[in-house]
Amino acid sequence: MEIGLTHYIIVSALLFALGLYGIVSRKHAVMVLMGLELILNAANINFVAFARFGGMNIEGHIAAIFVIILAAAEAAVALAILLNIYQHFRHVNVDEVDQLKE
Amino acid sequence: MDLITIAFYFFAALVLGFGGVVVLSKNIMHTAFALLFTFFGVAGLYVLLYADFLAITQIMIYIGGILVLIIFGVMLTTRITGVDVKSGKIGKFQLGGAIVFTSLMAITLVVVFSQTNWYQAEAPAPDSTAELIGVSLLTNYLLAFEVASVLLLVAIVGAAFIARKKHS
Repeated sequence: MEIGLTHYIIVSALLFALGLYGIVSRKHAVMVLMGLELILNAANINFVAFARFGGMNIEGHIAAIFVIILAAAEAAVALAILLNIYQHFRHVNVDEVDQLKE
Repeated sequence: MDLITIAFYFFAALVLGFGGVVVLSKNIMHTAFALLFTFFGVAGLYVLLYADFLAITQIMIYIGGILVLIIFGVMLTTRITGVDVKSGKIGKFQLGGAIVFTSLMAITLVVVFSQTNWYQAEAPAPDSTAELIGVSLLTNYLLAFEVASVLLLVAIVGAAFIARKKHS
C-alpha cells in the first residue's frame, strides 16, 4: 500500500495520545512539559502532512514554523517558572504546588 | 516495498518507540534523551513530506534549543545524586484512569482519521521550500512574523526576569 496521508496522521494521532498520557500521568513538571512538546510535534506532523497531501501547500509549513516559535517561547518561560517553584518548594511535583503567594 | 516505505516505517517506529520511552520511563534523564530521538524521527518524517526547511528547523530549534533547555531544567530541578531523579508516580487509581482516558482518545483518533474521506490534493514535489517560505513570511504573513519576533523578545526578557536570583 502506498504511503499516504492516512499513515502520517495516524502516526501523529498516536504521538498525541502518548503526549497526553505523559501529561496526565506524571507528577514531575518537566515531564509534563515533555508531554506537551510531544503533542506540539504531533500537531506539526498533521500540518506538514496536509501541506503535502491535502492542498495546504506552503501555508502548512508556515503554520508549523509558528508552532515551533511558540513552543520555544513556552519552554523558556515555563522552565523559568519551574526554577522559581523549585527554589520555593524544593521540588516541582505539580500536585503538591498549591500556594500562589510566598 | 520501496525505499520511501521503508524509511517511513523506520521513522514512524523511531517516533512512536522513543515517544513511548519518554512517557513510560521512570528515570527522568532517560526520558530527556529519548525525547532527542523522538524529535529526530519527526524531522525524518518532515523530510519524507518534502519539508526540507522544517526538518532543519526542527533539528536546530527542538534538538539544539528546546531539548538543551529541558535538560537544564531537569538538572536544575532534581537532585541528581539523590533518589529524587525518579520522576514520581501517581496512585494506582489515577494511573488506571489515565491509561483508560488516553487509550480511548487514541482509539477514537485513529478510527476517525482512518475512516474520514480526506480531501486529497497532492502537491508536486518542490525543489526547495526555503524560498517559498521566505517569500510568504515577508508578504502574506508579515504581521504574524513581526508579532512572533516581539513575542520571542518578550519571552526571553520575561524568562530572564523570572529566573534571576531574588535579592531580599
